[in-house]
Amino acid sequence: MRAQATRYVRLAWRRLISMRTALVLLFLLALASVPGSLLPQRPLNPAKVDAYLRTHGGWGRFLDRIGMFDVFGAAWFAAIYLLLFVSLAGCLVPRIRQHARAVARKPLPAPKNLDRLPESGGFASGDTPAAYARAARAVLGRRWRIVQRDEPDGVVTLSAEKGYTRETGNLLFHVALLTALVLIAVGRLFSYQGSVIVQQGQGFCNSPTAYDSWRPGRMAADGRIGPAPFCIDSLNQFTATYLTDGEPSKFSADVTYSKVLPDGTDGPAIHHTITVNHPLRLEGDRVYLINHGFAPKVTVRMPDGSVQQDQATFLPTDPSTFLSDGAFQEQGPQGAGKDVGIEGFFAPTPAVGNDGGVTSASPQVDNPVLGIFVYEGTLNPNGLPQSVYSLNKAELHRIGQANLRIGQTARMPNGIAVTFDGWVPWVSLQVSHDPTQGYLLIVAVTAVVGLIGSLAVRRRRLWLRITPAPAGKPDSPTVVAVGGLARSDTGNFTTEFAGVLSRLRDAATLIEPALVGAGKE
Amino acid sequence: MAVNTGLAHLSDALFTTAIATYSLAMACYTAEYAFGRRGRVAATSRAEARVLVGAGGPSVEQPVAEAPARRSSTRRAAGERLGRLAVVLTVLGAAIHLGSIALRGVAADRVPWGNMYEFSSVAGVIAILAFLGALWRAPQIRYIGVFVMLPVILLMFLAGTVLYAKDAPLVPALQSYWLAIHVTAAAGSEGILITSAVFTVLFLIRQRYDAVTAGAGRLRFPVTLGARLPAPETLDKVAYRTVAFAFPIYTFGVIAGAIWAEAAWGRYWGWDPKETWAFIAWVIYAAYLHARATAGWKGRSAAWINLLGFGAMTFNFFVVNIVISGLHSYAGLN
Repeated sequence: MRAQATRYVRLAWRRLISMRTALVLLFLLALASVPGSLLPQRPLNPAKVDAYLRTHGGWGRFLDRIGMFDVFGAAWFAAIYLLLFVSLAGCLVPRIRQHARAVARKPLPAPKNLDRLPESGGFASGDTPAAYARAARAVLGRRWRIVQRDEPDGVVTLSAEKGYTRETGNLLFHVALLTALVLIAVGRLFSYQGSVIVQQGQGFCNSPTAYDSWRPGRMAADGRIGPAPFCIDSLNQFTATYLTDGEPSKFSADVTYSKVLPDGTDGPAIHHTITVNHPLRLEGDRVYLINHGFAPKVTVRMPDGSVQQDQATFLPTDPSTFLSDGAFQEQGPQGAGKDVGIEGFFAPTPAVGNDGGVTSASPQVDNPVLGIFVYEGTLNPNGLPQSVYSLNKAELHRIGQANLRIGQTARMPNGIAVTFDGWVPWVSLQVSHDPTQGYLLIVAVTAVVGLIGSLAVRRRRLWLRITPAPAGKPDSPTVVAVGGLARSDTGNFTTEFAGVLSRLRDAATLIEPALVGAGKE
Repeated sequence: MAVNTGLAHLSDALFTTAIATYSLAMACYTAEYAFGRRGRVAATSRAEARVLVGAGGPSVEQPVAEAPARRSSTRRAAGERLGRLAVVLTVLGAAIHLGSIALRGVAADRVPWGNMYEFSSVAGVIAILAFLGALWRAPQIRYIGVFVMLPVILLMFLAGTVLYAKDAPLVPALQSYWLAIHVTAAAGSEGILITSAVFTVLFLIRQRYDAVTAGAGRLRFPVTLGARLPAPETLDKVAYRTVAFAFPIYTFGVIAGAIWAEAAWGRYWGWDPKETWAFIAWVIYAAYLHARATAGWKGRSAAWINLLGFGAMTFNFFVVNIVISGLHSYAGLN
């Protein structure tokens, strides 16, 4: 019973590490990736997943349950690649042992009949076997590993082999793949990523609480590693440059940053310009310029006569014209129901839209318009966290609307007035940390090198049998028989062999034509 | 960073001229395919094989009706001349094509593969160069040039009409020297893989032709094309060698893309649809390389895997770029 179980396990293992299984798993891996590109994915775009779930009801919920909205984090996806890598490891270990043995071993002795090999030929030589063997070794050169053996009757054989690099490269490539998987997993553990919107003139420090969105790896989530100590003290200036046709040509964020020194004090302030494709790299963290937008500034006269100044981040709703939406929330005295809420849009280059309303024609700022809908009442009646980009209108009522140019003021009932003072740009900065990516790059380069070796190098075997003139016939020539075998990737081995054969023939000392017939052509 | 419109227009004109030259070359290849010496040899040997196979088997219609019949030597010479002319035209077309690509880059002072039109153009010229390279090594495959020219001309036609974009400076997301490295590797390997796919299709046709002529079944287009194709082993070998050549370049292209993604988006891999499909195509081509070394998968099954990989690559270029939105929509920051 026990023996039978062992046999089944062994059988299953052998099946798993077979090439067929690996092929099936490769196909499964490719197939399993497809929904990850066709369905919205939570890690990439949670809003799209929610929208999909809203419109697809039960079908959507079913897909959600089987992990279709996070394919690359799903258990079944992990199962496929883990099985594939177990199968790979199971196949690699014996092959590495085998290859090590092959490298250590001398090339095999020459077979009896060289003319039975896929490629063979021969010629006569005026040299003694030993002298020709020397000449042949010189011709073959260092690319071949050559072993010379003596057979009875003064016969000398050469066994030559080349192309060990093929299997070395092959193994190197696959080991690199395994290493990459391990590094990626380790990277996941130790990485973190935060992103934050910074208005021009503001700054932030690298700490989880500073971020609008914080995605820690396991170690950062457990607090076992902390973000590198530095602060982006200030976004001094964000510049967007456009071509005449409205296409962007350059985005750059000029920042001042400082590292926090080990003694807890701030280091010197350093100026740096972050552009797309050129992040700020410090302390193993990278700071990226991801997005940008507008933050309009307003002055609001509240119903009680007090004046509040505010600037709010507006989010672009149209990526080509940067028409943006957002909200201002001005708290009045607690519980008085005299809060003022403003929802609105910002059109950098205003134009008349198809519906007759104001829209934007270009992302460049040219006499912008702030369109506002003004509300009065209680802003956040239940005290729950609230989006800063829109209003909870449960206890608000609209008291007016207006389209303002910079400097214009809209007067509303109850003494409320809103002035559009201007705008500042904001940028979205992302801080990323992954300590393994440098090693991963080394591994990836190793993989490519191994791959090139395994596909470009060809494994070849060659044997020469050099037979001296029979005793008593000193005038007969030495006869050289050559045989060749392509152990991988036959390619044009026939031509290749013919080339080697002719070079070997050229190395032989010429003999009188009358004797040539004795050679085995 | 204004665009030199004169040069840009000249580039467009050269692009059209290249299509015209390729079309002429294709006409010549077709003529050689029809009358050429190689074609006759292939047809004759096939017909001889038929006689042998047919000896004990059921009588089947003679597939290549007039193949073994006498063919005048003048016709043969004409085929040979046309074939040479075709190669000359192909080289000329490739030179004009390269000129068009270079001028496009000079006009906007940047790497000339920043959008789908330019990418198609580059992949097309690489496919042509890959074919010329294969021709260099194996001149006997010349007369099947028609099957390489056809997809390239189609691709260029699509590029010039549907995908065309006016020459313009690059958006900030593409302003990186990685554009030159990553996209060159991608376009280069994809161009070579087009050639591989062509040879794979020809291999399948030839194999089907052999099966049909050896046994029952009726010869119908496109299997009839098999009559004049090289031996299946040759086609299979060329298809494999081209994949073996392109696969490391493709792998390098993906890695270069990962390095660029790290600098541009803050992560080396993020399962963006483009990345996902690059991964899928890579896995399928890896499966092809393994399948070719596995008993039971060699030959036809492996050939279909090659075509599947090509399908994934094509999907990645057309459908992912145009239909599915992602970071590779060449939008970047905006």
